[in-house]
Amino acid sequence: MEMSVSDHAPTGNAAIAEVSDVPLAIEARGLVKRFDGTLAVDGVDISVPQGAIYGILGPNGAGKTTTLRMLLGIIDPDEGVRRVFGHDKPHDIGRLIGYLPEERGLYPSMKAIEAIAFMGALRGLPLAVGRERGRALLERHDLGHAAERQIRQLSKGMAQTVQLLGTLVHEPRLVVLDEPFSGLDAINQGKLERMIRELADNGVTVIFSTHVIHHAERLCEGVAIIAGGKVPYAGSVEAARDRIPAQVRLETRQREGAWTAALPDNARREGDFFYFPLPESGIEPLLKQLIDGEAGIQSLSIERAGLHDAFVSIAGEAAALAMEEDEAKEAGQ
Amino acid sequence: MSSAVTSPVTSDQNSRLSLLQAAMVVARRDFVAILFSRSFLFFLLGPIFPLVLGLMSGGLGAAAAEQANQARIALQMPSQDMVAIRAAHQRIEDELGPGRIPHFYWFDRADGHKELDPQEMLGDPSGRYGAVLTGTLESPTLIAPPEQMGAWRGFVAMHLAIAQGQQEIAYPALETEISDVSGTKTKNQRQDTAQLSMTLLFLLMMLLAGMVLSNLVEEKANKIIEILAAALPMDAVFLGKLFAMLAVSLVGISVWFGGIAAFIAIAGDVGDVQATLIGMPTPAIGWPLFILMFVVNFSMGYLLIGSIFLAIGALASTVREVQTLSMPVTMLQLFIFFFCMFTLFSGTAWLEVAAILFPLSSPFAMTARAAMYPELWPLFVAVGYQTLWVLIFIRTGSTLFRKRVMKSGGGGATKAGLSQRFKARFAKAS
Repeated sequence: MEMSVSDHAPTGNAAIAEVSDVPLAIEARGLVKRFDGTLAVDGVDISVPQGAIYGILGPNGAGKTTTLRMLLGIIDPDEGVRRVFGHDKPHDIGRLIGYLPEERGLYPSMKAIEAIAFMGALRGLPLAVGRERGRALLERHDLGHAAERQIRQLSKGMAQTVQLLGTLVHEPRLVVLDEPFSGLDAINQGKLERMIRELADNGVTVIFSTHVIHHAERLCEGVAIIAGGKVPYAGSVEAARDRIPAQVRLETRQREGAWTAALPDNARREGDFFYFPLPESGIEPLLKQLIDGEAGIQSLSIERAGLHDAFVSIAGEAAALAMEEDEAKEAGQ
Repeated sequence: MSSAVTSPVTSDQNSRLSLLQAAMVVARRDFVAILFSRSFLFFLLGPIFPLVLGLMSGGLGAAAAEQANQARIALQMPSQDMVAIRAAHQRIEDELGPGRIPHFYWFDRADGHKELDPQEMLGDPSGRYGAVLTGTLESPTLIAPPEQMGAWRGFVAMHLAIAQGQQEIAYPALETEISDVSGTKTKNQRQDTAQLSMTLLFLLMMLLAGMVLSNLVEEKANKIIEILAAALPMDAVFLGKLFAMLAVSLVGISVWFGGIAAFIAIAGDVGDVQATLIGMPTPAIGWPLFILMFVVNFSMGYLLIGSIFLAIGALASTVREVQTLSMPVTMLQLFIFFFCMFTLFSGTAWLEVAAILFPLSSPFAMTARAAMYPELWPLFVAVGYQTLWVLIFIRTGSTLFRKRVMKSGGGGATKAGLSQRFKARFAKAS
């Protein structure tokens, strides 16, 4: 049983900066982007400390990719500033950045090893070094046998791994992954999660966008929740969860009795259970009243809010529903 | 509590690929990918078919033209008159040289020819007879349509006069001295060289620059464009792609011209090609420099038109859209070519300046200039000027690309093709 955190941690950018107290890899202020007069991104603020795993969480069409593209300098914001390692022109420090776009793509006739070396060369890594490192990376990921095979001869999962290795071959300090788990089976998702953790352990900053909350919850120290082009929350995952109080689940033998008056007004009944937010005064006064009223407590648990609950609370039911639909659609595919 | 700060990276980490280095990374990949693909062989073989067809049809056409161009005057006269006219014809031909006087068909009744209706002869669908001379030597009649009458009346009268013995022409002995100096001839010959080289430049550009149109479609189809755009400035991507296509084109040209040279060397003087080439008038700056400038002008022209094609092609999403776009693009090339040709022959100074200043026609105009005038400095200045325009076109194209194409992720905006965007814009406007 987990107990609620009574004094909330600081929230937003300040929160994650204060918690980490390290220099920022990415800093964006008031990013705005319009396409044909339509506002795609509306005043996004994001701060990502160096070495963090940071998630950008939102349903499809929320503005995640556009935000990432602005951060990377692929497109320029109409308003606002972005800095990557202190530079407002990310191409100037291209060697420090690795990027895996949402829409995976490689030249089908290229050999796997050449594809990795080419992606390294785009970031300034000499081709020979890229090939050498590429072979080592392929070996480490059990793909050594595929080094000389053309991309078109590889399975989808293998090609995705090759592209990811191409993203990392020049040993970047910042890795940006747009929907990296999309299209991967459970085993490869697990592998990718391990790779992300490994990168972070080596001091690499990892930013990824996702519409699957569990990935963000498992991996990220900080998240930016994005919906309708706006970022209603950016900060630590912990702070996001602390935004809503812990949930109490109570099971009693007695269905009715005077003790029910002691339950908070917003308690709801589902079958044999009562659910309600943990009262500000704590659980002890309520517990005493339940015992005195002979409610017959069978079980009582206090569960800290998950990131999903925090997302619903911050972004709204509609955004959460859209995320679930995206997830279901992807699972269906 | 310390506030978060953005950490600037150190100078060695900050070192980035220069525009040229970045372009070369892209160019190298594209060049190798194209050169070592099977389709490149077809690309190299491509012009052989029209060349062979051209040679064949040229040979046949020349024979047909030789026949067709012979002046055809049918003679239907009494035999004794025919003999006199034959003798006059021979005498005139001896003096003027073969092929310089109209050809006669002799319908001599002594040879068994039947009398034919002149109108029927002229109306013969084969078009063999342009005029008919009938009657007698004393009272001849020339029947011909008006356009032939003017050209042949004098010749026929000369034949008749000599045949009638009215003119005893005594040709005096004439001392001849061949002069190498002829301003008119030099100008005309250099104009020929300019015309030929501009035509060749145009044909090569038509053949090769169109490839650039579909160049970025592959990247978009393979979804690699975002990786390139994230790693390198789009200017470098565009420049790299242009360099690669130019290099591929130059390889193709080298192979084609090498092949032609080898064929001529092995097969000998086929169809007087060797003699024609050797006999080509020397351009004003001399052959070695002219060939160098031709290559430079081709390269600049390719980069200029290619940068526009690349930008147009980059905005298209599908091969079909690229195909649709190729028509106006071909028209643009044709317009530029005809404009330059007109400028060459009109000799109007302001038109020549306009052709040099308009970036797309500048390489054509400078090729013509290299053939016509010996000054070198304008050629080099023009290369600098054209380079500037290449950079302007590339910057404009890449900016457009970033604004128009890199719109969103998996959503519709990126995938919406030009036609869809036009439709959307049209619907919005209406």
